[in-house]
Amino acid sequence: MNAWLILPIAWPLAAGALGLALSGSNTAQRLIAVIGAVGQLVAAVVLLLTVNAQGTQVLHMGSWPAPFGISLVADHFASFVLVAGSLAGCASVIFAALTVGRQRLTHGYFVLTNVLLAAVAGAFLTGDLFNLYVWFEVMLIASFVLLAMGPYPRQAAGATNYVALNLVASATFLVGAGVAYALTGTLNFADLALRLPLVESRPLVLILAALLIAAFASKAAAYPLSAWLPSSYHTPAPDVSALFAGLLTKVGVYALARSVTLFFPEDALVRNVVLGLAGLTMLVGVFGALAQFNMRRLLSFHIASQVGYMLMGLGLLTPLALAGTTFYMAQHMITKTALFLVAGVVERRTGTGYLKRLGGLYRTNLALTVVFALAALSLAGIPPFAGFVAKFTLVRAGTAVESWVIVGISIVVSLLTLMSMVKIWNEAFWKDRPEGEVEHDAARMHALPRSVPRWVVILPAGTLALASVAMGFAAGPLMEYAIAAGEELADRSVYIEAVLGEDAWADLETMTVEAMEASR
Amino acid sequence: MLAFLTAVPFVAAVAAAIASRVDRRAPGFVMLAASLLAAAMLLSQWGEVTDGATVEWVTSWVPSLEWTVALRLDGLSMLFGLLITGIGALIAWYGTGYFGADARNGRFFTTLLIFQGGMLVAVLADDFALLYVGWEVTSVSSFALIGFAHDRAEARQAAQHALLVTIAGGLAMLVGLIMLGVLTDTWRVSELTSRGVLGIDATLATVMFLLVAVGAFTKSAQFPFHGWLPGAMAAPTPVSAYLHSATMVKLGVYLVARLQPSLGDLEAWGIVLPAVGGFTMLYAAFMAVREVDLKRVLAFSTVSALGSMIMLAGLGTTHALTALAITVIAHACYKAALFMTAGTIDHETGTRDRLALGGLRHSMPLLAVSAGLAAVSMAGLPPAMGFLQKETALAASFEEPEAWLLMAAVAAFGALTLVAAVAAGVAPFFGARRDTPEPPHEGPPSLWAPVAVLAVLGVVLGVVLGVAVTGPLTPFISAIVSASAGEPYEAHLALWEGVNPVLLASVAAITAGLVLARFHRALPGIPWLRANSTAAMDGVLNGMTGLADRIERLAQPGSLPLYLAIALAAAVLPVLVLVVLANPINGLDLDADPLTVAIALVVALGAYAAARSATRLRSIAALGATGYGMTLLFLRFGGPDLAMTQVLVETLTVVLFIFAFRYLPITHETRDEHTRRHHVGGVVVAAVAGVAMTGVTILLATHERSYHLRAFFERASLPEAHGANVVNTILVDFRAMDTMGEITVLAVAAVGIVALLRITGREPASAAADSSRVLRTAARGLLPLLVVFSIFLLVRGHNEPGGGFVAGLVAATGVTLYAIAYDARIARRLLRVAPRSLIAAGLLVALGAGAFAMASGLAPLTGMWVDVSLPGGEQIPVGTPLIFEVGVFLVVLGVASALATALLEER
Repeated sequence: MNAWLILPIAWPLAAGALGLALSGSNTAQRLIAVIGAVGQLVAAVVLLLTVNAQGTQVLHMGSWPAPFGISLVADHFASFVLVAGSLAGCASVIFAALTVGRQRLTHGYFVLTNVLLAAVAGAFLTGDLFNLYVWFEVMLIASFVLLAMGPYPRQAAGATNYVALNLVASATFLVGAGVAYALTGTLNFADLALRLPLVESRPLVLILAALLIAAFASKAAAYPLSAWLPSSYHTPAPDVSALFAGLLTKVGVYALARSVTLFFPEDALVRNVVLGLAGLTMLVGVFGALAQFNMRRLLSFHIASQVGYMLMGLGLLTPLALAGTTFYMAQHMITKTALFLVAGVVERRTGTGYLKRLGGLYRTNLALTVVFALAALSLAGIPPFAGFVAKFTLVRAGTAVESWVIVGISIVVSLLTLMSMVKIWNEAFWKDRPEGEVEHDAARMHALPRSVPRWVVILPAGTLALASVAMGFAAGPLMEYAIAAGEELADRSVYIEAVLGEDAWADLETMTVEAMEASR
Repeated sequence: MLAFLTAVPFVAAVAAAIASRVDRRAPGFVMLAASLLAAAMLLSQWGEVTDGATVEWVTSWVPSLEWTVALRLDGLSMLFGLLITGIGALIAWYGTGYFGADARNGRFFTTLLIFQGGMLVAVLADDFALLYVGWEVTSVSSFALIGFAHDRAEARQAAQHALLVTIAGGLAMLVGLIMLGVLTDTWRVSELTSRGVLGIDATLATVMFLLVAVGAFTKSAQFPFHGWLPGAMAAPTPVSAYLHSATMVKLGVYLVARLQPSLGDLEAWGIVLPAVGGFTMLYAAFMAVREVDLKRVLAFSTVSALGSMIMLAGLGTTHALTALAITVIAHACYKAALFMTAGTIDHETGTRDRLALGGLRHSMPLLAVSAGLAAVSMAGLPPAMGFLQKETALAASFEEPEAWLLMAAVAAFGALTLVAAVAAGVAPFFGARRDTPEPPHEGPPSLWAPVAVLAVLGVVLGVVLGVAVTGPLTPFISAIVSASAGEPYEAHLALWEGVNPVLLASVAAITAGLVLARFHRALPGIPWLRANSTAAMDGVLNGMTGLADRIERLAQPGSLPLYLAIALAAAVLPVLVLVVLANPINGLDLDADPLTVAIALVVALGAYAAARSATRLRSIAALGATGYGMTLLFLRFGGPDLAMTQVLVETLTVVLFIFAFRYLPITHETRDEHTRRHHVGGVVVAAVAGVAMTGVTILLATHERSYHLRAFFERASLPEAHGANVVNTILVDFRAMDTMGEITVLAVAAVGIVALLRITGREPASAAADSSRVLRTAARGLLPLLVVFSIFLLVRGHNEPGGGFVAGLVAATGVTLYAIAYDARIARRLLRVAPRSLIAAGLLVALGAGAFAMASGLAPLTGMWVDVSLPGGEQIPVGTPLIFEVGVFLVVLGVASALATALLEER
């Protein structure tokens, strides 16, 4: 039994339940928030080290052998993105603990964050298609409430778009899960991977692929299914955006990566569809970002754009490309959250996120400036930071298989990304602040609690930005880990044998025959 | 040594930042010291390098990507290293005078030192990735330095242009280098030099070279990418002198020289580089003499010189490479000196307009002499380096097949450069004295002495190299040329080689230049070649922004119905196509049971009516019909547990919906043309989805699949999970993790709804009617019954239809009934505890039940069972899944109660 597998899920879940029980005390709420997030991070790191030392870890819940119960699986890919996600989540939650006001606190804000963290970990670790659906549901409801909870009228519109489109995606996923079960009689990832090749009808398998890709591409905010993201992420308080920015779409990418590599690894059509989505998503997202003047909305468009890069590796589907996707996801979670946290600090300080009304931050706030600069450069893929390592890997993988179109798009988008980062920099940091641009209402609404020192609020963002820098400088061991992840993803027998045992293929035959007989 | 060398500027950058807190003048001196130290470290390797040896330092960085921190010092990198550190020291010295005690000194010199470090990394790197790292560090720090006066819009704009152009080129180069690495399987520059690129696909090789060349062209401001460099004159003068004349802009030249041994044999190399370089050389030389701003004169003249360097590298012969080495040294000396001169003039007079300057020799004699000496070198007069530069370039051209064309071009370049030298370095000091915004006066030594050092150096080096043929410097030139030629080479240089075509061309160039220089004040008035590259770049950027606006409007128009249609279409259209391909009609057995068909019709009609009805209440009623229809279907297909849950959920949903309506306006939205169109669209999308899903269902119904899961559950449910009700054992044991997730969903929904109602503080739009006495009596009577029934369902659930979920719903129905009959407060009092606490307790009980097995070292959620004897002597198994079930019960009860009481709450 490997308890470290359940802890990233169970620990924050328990913290959330406890928070619900202790809803009377605001201090307890803040404390439980941090305990839940930090605990998850610790568990995730231990899990990563265990995977590094011993290979794929599997936990059969309820001790029911796979494929009959639900199995949790941590391979290199899962544990790597889990650690990055926990780190990003941890920073956002700490930022929220410093800044969230009493109203949201008493209404269970941190119950929701804890549940969200647990659900994300659940999605990363589960080895079961329906269980994944459950974690998607948990994530959706928790994020919806976080999104809608708050005083701004715009939140209602944002939350409506968010929940409506995500429900369509969830319904699509559910139909997909049903189709998967109807085709193979199983829901376990490894078992599905084993049995799908036995399905003779290619259209049926492709129907499953179409449904899962539509569902997960929508969760990942791939164009043309990305509309929910830029229309909602900038609407709630900044702490909520930061939490979402790092985590939610990456779960969609993760699910897509799992299903493509396990279920349809040899299908050129699937691969090309993913590549097409990747290119479109990168381009539309980055152009959308360039058109924005609201800092958080601009960054939101970039989330979609960068999901395109992650899909690029998935579409190329070589070990190196998949390593690129893995590394890109991890660094993106950290870097992106850092940028949203910077946006949060800016809004809390100045009362606005509109670039035209901002200015002068370079002169007045050097620490914030440095944090933004580091994260923005990393995001745009400037060396030697983490974003560059990720981009380099993907471009190299694309070059190796001579996929020139996607390589070209990724390079152009990289430049456009930088262009929009320069836009934020010039407007918010370099330019002088326009006279008389203080919105008193907004400033009051955003104002930081007086008890919190100014510099402390920058710490979460600063830590993440430094992590992003460190991921570039110390890319050696991390990339090695990502390469291991890519190789495992490219060779699904590793996953199958870890879950079902080395005799999986032999068992398949006998089990099927037995079941046939039993059903008669 | 090399590692320490590259670390020096970065450490100094930190030191400068700290020092600025102590003394505002300190950062400049930190940079001066650091640059001298680095230069000394380089010079300590002089002997080895001039002997033709190389110094290397290698450590691993990212082995899985074949990135190494590989540093390598040979003649070529020694040359650039000395420029970077030597001129860096002079610039730092100059900067201390230029900025004085400016409060921004810390930021300025820190950035400048980071730039210096990036430069050193770039020219010492023997690894593609590391080279690119250094390259982009210089791009980004150049951006920060150009925009140093960031409150001015032009400075910000110039910085942005420079960054985007150089990064764009850098990215092209990156792809080129990656192609190079992938195609040759070599990631080290030195290995590539020995291996070459012969044997790889010619087209790919050409594309790869062109990409790398674009990188070099943007960095070294070659036409048509040159526009950023004159714009970059918005930077403070020390930056212009250092980055945009002496060092950074030569990085492209460095790259080309570095790759010459490996790529020089490509056909495109010998065409593209001389053509682009040559054209840039002439074009920019013309542009230079037409500028009035001293710094812009020098900027265009720099572009022109860079063009000549690229051209020479493209020619690639040993003579051309010798000329290249001489040009780099000569240009760095005189151009940096003249830039600093321009800066000092600007600093002391308040203007850089060369037409407004004159006669400054009286007030600034020392600067005048220094500048004049630098101008001599730039003009290409003997015995300065500039003369040697022109001579070697002409000599190299003379060997080429197109000798006369090349020599004419080089001579024209020489003549125009001479004019520029006069305009920028001589004219301001001679002629009549003119009024300037500030009265001119000699600056402090730091503002003229560095100029003097470079100017004298330009002449001395010329003499040493040109007169003493076997002097101490010639082996260095040989080392440089050997490095860029890829083979050992002995350089021979002389100022006087006798009367030959080269000398004649040189004399012609000087004569023409001197003639033209007489009219240098008139040249800006000539109207030809008016090209405004800043406006062009702005046009490109605005075009991008316009395109972005259009794409954003197209991709994100803000219409939820449209988004929904797209989402549904993406989900079902591919499925529809595949269904048609799979042809479900084939083999379809139309043997339907009439009752099932009837129920299905009710479900379908309910859904249709819900979508079509004009009021909310009717929609809900219609949805209810659909829901109850589903219940009947579940019953008909043998799912009593599902049916039971469905009927309770439907009931509670309808009731809660009606409560929720009190918070909404009573009137329903009117239907106009717009929504009608949406409805038509909706019908189409729904029809497509319906057809597709029906097709999928038919296909799957006829598909033969494995039943191994079902077989296992049926086999293991009673003996291993201790329950006869398979649905229940699946929920609380086999797949209890799903249930854990689902009760979390419920809990969150309840928390959320209560929070949203409270936070938005919305009042019900209509008051609840007083309930009837009949209802109250019924509620009081029904409640105990419902509670008993729910406990009955909970207990028997493991073996018979029932279970925690259904039980919780039944109990909650009682509470809801009570809340309707009396009010929310009384209903809550009835529960004794807050619904929220019930939910929390339920979650914790479920989690605890799951964690129980972990104490025994088993997987979470493993059922731990004991046999308990009942009073009747019967043994029944009791286990943690049953406790889990209680948790489910509590959560469901809590959630339903929370919703009912919150929605009925009166304020």
